[in-house]
Amino acid sequence: MTERTISVDYLARVEGEGSLKVRVRDHTLEEVQLKIFEPPRFFEAFLRGRALEEAPDITARICGICPVAYQMSSAHAIERALGVRVDGLLRRLRRLLYLGEWIESHALHIYLLHTPDFLGYPDALRLARDRPQAVQRGLALKRVGNQILEVLGGREIHPVNVRIGGFYRLPTVEEFAPLGPALDRALDLALETVRFVGGFDFPELTEDYEFAALSHPEEYPMTEGDIVTSSGTRLPQERFDEAFEELQVPYTNALHVVRRPTGASYLVGPLARYALNRERLSRRARDVAREVGLADVERNPFRSVVVRAVEVVHAVEEAREILRTYRPEGPAAVPVDRSRLPAVGAAVTEAPRGMLYHAYKLAADGRIEEARIVAPTTQNQRRIEDDIRHVVSRSLDRTDAELQALCERAIRNHDPCISCATHFLKLDVERA
Amino acid sequence: MPRSPRPKLAVWKFASCDGCQLSVLDLEDDLLALAGAVEIANFREASSAVVDGPYDLSLVEGSVTTEEDARRIREVRAESRILVTIGACATSGGIQALRNFADVKEFARVVYARPEYVRTLATSTAIREHVPVDLELRGCPVNKAQLLEVVSAYLGDRSPNLPTESVCASCKRRGTVCVMVARGTPCLGPVTQSGCGALCPAYDRGCYGCFGPAETPNLPSMVRRLDELGVDAAARVRLFRTFNAGDPLFREAANASAPPAEAR
Repeated sequence: MTERTISVDYLARVEGEGSLKVRVRDHTLEEVQLKIFEPPRFFEAFLRGRALEEAPDITARICGICPVAYQMSSAHAIERALGVRVDGLLRRLRRLLYLGEWIESHALHIYLLHTPDFLGYPDALRLARDRPQAVQRGLALKRVGNQILEVLGGREIHPVNVRIGGFYRLPTVEEFAPLGPALDRALDLALETVRFVGGFDFPELTEDYEFAALSHPEEYPMTEGDIVTSSGTRLPQERFDEAFEELQVPYTNALHVVRRPTGASYLVGPLARYALNRERLSRRARDVAREVGLADVERNPFRSVVVRAVEVVHAVEEAREILRTYRPEGPAAVPVDRSRLPAVGAAVTEAPRGMLYHAYKLAADGRIEEARIVAPTTQNQRRIEDDIRHVVSRSLDRTDAELQALCERAIRNHDPCISCATHFLKLDVERA
Repeated sequence: MPRSPRPKLAVWKFASCDGCQLSVLDLEDDLLALAGAVEIANFREASSAVVDGPYDLSLVEGSVTTEEDARRIREVRAESRILVTIGACATSGGIQALRNFADVKEFARVVYARPEYVRTLATSTAIREHVPVDLELRGCPVNKAQLLEVVSAYLGDRSPNLPTESVCASCKRRGTVCVMVARGTPCLGPVTQSGCGALCPAYDRGCYGCFGPAETPNLPSMVRRLDELGVDAAARVRLFRTFNAGDPLFREAANASAPPAEAR
């Protein structure tokens, strides 16, 4: 009897701290454990007692890679509780801020974290020695996303301009002016990116995913829309819990989320959004997707890098469109009416990595009584293990080192954000 | 091959959101130049390649919240010539230091099942409470220009130019009208260290103190002013207990603001 254990003690090029253990006995895969050892930070516990106005700034700190996603899901959930509606210019500006984050986060993942896998480098900095143009293209694209965040949000990481009801201040036309030419250039860079990553050599793998994402009749989903799945479920955002269930597993500091009632894994993120909303992408994004041979429903997770690039094309185009007609008219925020308190509210928005659910119970004095947050990576965790199971089962003849590299790639396909995944854990106190 | 003369840079993560180390990658225009000037020897978020220590310059993000991390930071210190903490978590315990003020039993009771799977300390503490630190860079997140200044200063063998004045000084320089004087918006600018570029007042809101206290802040006066502006005791405590809750000066200001039952 032979036993092989493949272990990766510290996953590189992912956000946060995780490891992987795979056990193979007699040519059969016995166990796959994606372990997240990032220490929990207990956001849901210390949000209790805070003022509802503080939620966007506090929850942003769950993730330095996608703070806007946290600001948007928290603001929408609390606005829904209060019966506040953010429309028109303010709604468009919220999309613009979020588009900035999508561009930044996707460019980061595509070029700095994921591309090195396809071209055989340990990181993008070493890749830059041989292919400086490619890495510079990625950094320039990332820069444009960050510029949007800087002008509209004040800074790239943990922007300061988001509040319940809208923004603190609307930027002037002059402040936005440099973004026009920057976005024109970004569109070229984004199209080049799709063609660049579309030409990679992709390992063969077809996964039978159940996809889950928001879906909106008029726009590529981001801040609004129903929750839909590829098996035909459609629910309003507030009813997230009817379709999905959180489970605690002993070996990881993050919860797993599974489908109700089957207990099956499912996938959120770019592959899911694209499969369920492709026809709402901009025409250019759809055309370039077809040009590089992306299927209408893409089931090879290694090609997620192409889908991310296609989403960047769409994001750049939509950002250009929003800025084209921008005039700072009217108040920066809708007045916040507290007459409905106490109240409950929940919302889902599409973080770069997939659906991000926030739910709040608010007391009569406007304090948060309960908060619940379900991050994209917790939803994908079990699905990532399933991917690894299939990748490993098909490749048992490979050496341990090859298998290890393949497993790491299978994880990076889904851009896991481990800092997000562990914010909410239970408390086990060890007195120092 | 000759030994690389470039200094070895390492980036370490403890409990955090990853935002401060992301600031290194956000250097964008300067990133490739940086990678040419130093050898990025250990930076797991950016690279699978790890070069063994010792390291010339270590940037440490995050706070200590587990026994394992309390041990690990001592190892990091032992193999680092210069150790710089980056951001509010590493410098004051971060927002997760709010657990330091919670009744932990109550905490455990209200937050769900099976805590036995998770191991964590009762407190979130700054790196300096565990090992000697050569330099602390403030902010939630750090300002990337300041981050670059720290690395440049190291390379140029000089002291980094990091102001310790208050946000008010930056506001004046930026020409922002004072939100507290002109509109009565509560603002921690007078007691908060600059470094962000006085961002919040420039966006028509009060500073929320994410860079921690300025040098010799007049906290009693700040607390009094907040009171006059109608910020009640509980809200004042929250203001000082957010992203730098564990900082000794902000802790004192929160205690001075709190009704006796809530002071700790």
